[in-house]
Amino acid sequence: MHEYSIVQALFDRIQDAARERGAVAVRRVKLRIGEIAGVDVDLLQTAYDLFRVRTICEGAWLDVERVSARWTCPGGHGDIARGHALVCPACARPARLAAGDEIVLEQLDLEVP
Amino acid sequence: MCDACGCGDSNVVPVALSERVLAANDRGARHNREHFHDHGVIAVNLMGGPGAGKTAILEASAQALAALGEAEKVGVLAGDLATDHDAARVRAAGILAESITTGSACHLDAEMVHRGLHRLAWRSLDFLFIENVGNLVCPAVYDLGQDANVVALSVTEGEDKPLKYPTMFQKADLVLLTKTDLLPQLPDIDVARIATNLSHVMPKPAMITMSVRTGEGIDQWIQWLHGLKHLRASMRASIVGPV
Repeated sequence: MHEYSIVQALFDRIQDAARERGAVAVRRVKLRIGEIAGVDVDLLQTAYDLFRVRTICEGAWLDVERVSARWTCPGGHGDIARGHALVCPACARPARLAAGDEIVLEQLDLEVP
Repeated sequence: MCDACGCGDSNVVPVALSERVLAANDRGARHNREHFHDHGVIAVNLMGGPGAGKTAILEASAQALAALGEAEKVGVLAGDLATDHDAARVRAAGILAESITTGSACHLDAEMVHRGLHRLAWRSLDFLFIENVGNLVCPAVYDLGQDANVVALSVTEGEDKPLKYPTMFQKADLVLLTKTDLLPQLPDIDVARIATNLSHVMPKPAMITMSVRTGEGIDQWIQWLHGLKHLRASMRASIVGPV
């Protein structure tokens, strides 16, 4: 249930960003969440809905873009197929995670007077 | 105010940020890591589900390191929801330990570890073990400033756990497969299958089979820890360069 502490960190950042720009409200919070970031998006939404009451995010839509996990060969031999060992079949080097562990605040749509 | 038509509506401004939500924790972790490096302390984040054997590993490590005359070089920060039990067990085994009581938090974060450091004489240590809260999900998400992530998985938890908790095992530098003395009672558990599952979620799979009852794997684990120390020393030498 660390989704609550993630939302807490998110709100701290949103409040700073809104203050810096003199925003009166937030309309949209756009996140990118990786498949293996360890975040349950439904729980994140529940936590967000609890937190946003009577805040600058009261009317802000939480827009979550999911990012699939993608493992790739660091030597340029392409991606590792799902369900296989995380080594490159061509050169046997350990795979590198190219995408899928991100918890990123991508964009805020702020209402400014 | 909307300037286009003068309707009186507010302007909506898109602000591109593209920043990690846990950036504040990352900064705290960097701070801890600098402390550890400055004092030559190797920090190990020990994670695993409740009852996987994390505290037993630390007790066994304390005994093994004491036998090598290194007991005073090891300390533990034990994350615990509500009690001091884990730290007390490790202290009873003869090494320095303090609790970080997390209350309802299901994981440790960099700030909790930093506060814990204030209560532990950690600067003279070779190894600081950070025993995370028993949980296979949340602790994997928070960088604490550690040098290595070690995950304890007991044979009774089942072969499929690496596949069910990929975030945790993907971040592991080493998996300690614990309670192997129970394997004769668990005919359906295939250790080779666990190793295969790990290879599907860990890019550099590394596993030590261990039992604190029989002593299996303890030497190998201590060697692995010493390997971290040598790696650190050789990295320092390469930064400083030849004299």
